[in-house]
Amino acid sequence: MALTETRPRTKSPISGAAPQARTGKVGVSGRTFSIVSAIVLVVFAIVWLIPSLFALKTSLTDNGVAALGATNILKSWNPTLHSFASYFQAGDIWNWYLASAITSVVTAVLTVLFGSMAAFALSRLRFRGQNIVLLLILLGIMIPTQVLIVPIFQELGAVNLLNTYWSVIFPQVPAVIAVFIFKQFFDGIPKELEEAARIDGAGLWKVYWSVVMPLSRPVIAAVTILTFVGVWNNLLLPLFVLSNPNLMTVPVGLATVQGSFGLRYADIQAGALLAALPLIILYLAFQRQIVEGVTGSGLKG
Amino acid sequence: MTAAPAVSRATRTSPHTLSKKRRSPLSGGDSRGAWLFLAPFGLFYLAFLLGPTIWMIITSFFNTSTVKAGLGSFAGFKNYGEMLGRADFWSAMWHTLQFTIYTTPPLVILAFVFAILTNRVRRGQWFFRLAFFLPYILPSATISLIWVFIFTPGTGLWASAQQAVGLTPGAGILASPNTAMIGIAIATVWWTLGFNFVLYLAGLQEIPRELYEAAAVDGATTWEQIRYITLPLLGRTTTLVVLLQIIASLKIFDQVYLMTSGAPASRRRSPSASSPGPRSPTTGSAQPLRPRCSSSSSSS
Repeated sequence: MALTETRPRTKSPISGAAPQARTGKVGVSGRTFSIVSAIVLVVFAIVWLIPSLFALKTSLTDNGVAALGATNILKSWNPTLHSFASYFQAGDIWNWYLASAITSVVTAVLTVLFGSMAAFALSRLRFRGQNIVLLLILLGIMIPTQVLIVPIFQELGAVNLLNTYWSVIFPQVPAVIAVFIFKQFFDGIPKELEEAARIDGAGLWKVYWSVVMPLSRPVIAAVTILTFVGVWNNLLLPLFVLSNPNLMTVPVGLATVQGSFGLRYADIQAGALLAALPLIILYLAFQRQIVEGVTGSGLKG
Repeated sequence: MTAAPAVSRATRTSPHTLSKKRRSPLSGGDSRGAWLFLAPFGLFYLAFLLGPTIWMIITSFFNTSTVKAGLGSFAGFKNYGEMLGRADFWSAMWHTLQFTIYTTPPLVILAFVFAILTNRVRRGQWFFRLAFFLPYILPSATISLIWVFIFTPGTGLWASAQQAVGLTPGAGILASPNTAMIGIAIATVWWTLGFNFVLYLAGLQEIPRELYEAAAVDGATTWEQIRYITLPLLGRTTTLVVLLQIIASLKIFDQVYLMTSGAPASRRRSPSASSPGPRSPTTGSAQPLRPRCSSSSSSS
């Protein structure tokens, strides 16, 4: 999104009509304010970057030096990739990546597909009981999913899905927020397009798949990425339903091994960054969609 | 807020009140189609959201066990009474409230200030968005590893910074029950500020430039513009941000679980981070469900 600059310009054509002295005063105070705010902002931005950068610096330091403390880490100038390499040699991280990638991608695909279908019905079709369905789905927003972990665990156990990727995927598919983001977007698509398609004899599925969905690429991207990030970062659910080390997702794997690292701080920080690496790449690639998705989920949810 | 327009539209187009020719061709006879479209999501919704919720409410009135099938004997409100009578339930409640009180003001105010300042900067907005928003998409596992390390007693970055400004670093901020909550709050503010920041930035985009220009013409200073234009017009965003923030803070689990597992025991556990469900002998313990990293669930 284009973040337009809203600072008033004293140079704007109309301001010439304002009394000269006043305009001058506004200009000076405006400029001082801008400089001060820029400095404050830069300082805070640096403060905000320090934890990540410090983790990066630590991960590139030798374990022995890192154990001596923060000052030694900051002073050391022998970057080494040893800690990162040790993860890839140990091999567990590949399983974690695989598990996280599979569960995140499949959940995102199912959430987008099913969520948009439900939103299509709610936004485009009229049927008996629509208000009740809408209300029920709205209710879903208010259920804190973490308290459902025990019943969900029992349920998955009853159908023998524990310790499978499905046990991580299925409970995360009904993302109510996705339905609302889609519905909001569909509501804004002009009806004439699909009406024309209907008159030409297109069925409901054709309208959904060939008319509405192609118009919804931005919102599909946003929901896909948000779901992906959410599933990738989920700790509680996989922690409960996966006990097979080969199936663990990245956050669970990391939480499991962190205790065994002891004072190998460089390794720990390397692990922390490796867990986040795919998301950082995703963020840099899809910055706009992620920010729009977050905005949409917050403002419109 | 999304529900309102849809509901009103639905009532408006109900078949009896509208003449046939004004109805969209999509509206007639689509009931079966609509339900088919709703079915896949609806199935998952019932199976993993509504179903478990209802099941949980029902079992809360029975002596259900996780190791035995069936509901068990009827308990009425006994489980609730037992939970309300437990000291650790109330301390967990209090810690959650405490956490919400600590985190909500900085997360709203800082996000607001950062957004206003970022919105005024002409160049390099991407940098500030990166700095403030990137932590938000990181996994809680990463966040906690980074911050536990920063808070390492004696030699960590936090302790070193304390020494640099002449303070004596104590036993470590996470080690003492009194300060651990502050440590978790700091990490959380750093982690989740980006979300509110982005909401405020979006809110700022909606304020028409003309308002500022008109104010500037009338001689309003920058402060006056912020005070009388930006603040009131961001009121709706602020309500939303505060509401979402309180909900998010009350739902805290990961940070507490990951950053202080073990350590000073149940002193600062939130209800969600203490075991899910009542843990009396009859209602079945949650411990078997916590295969690994179980140190934080075992005490109390």
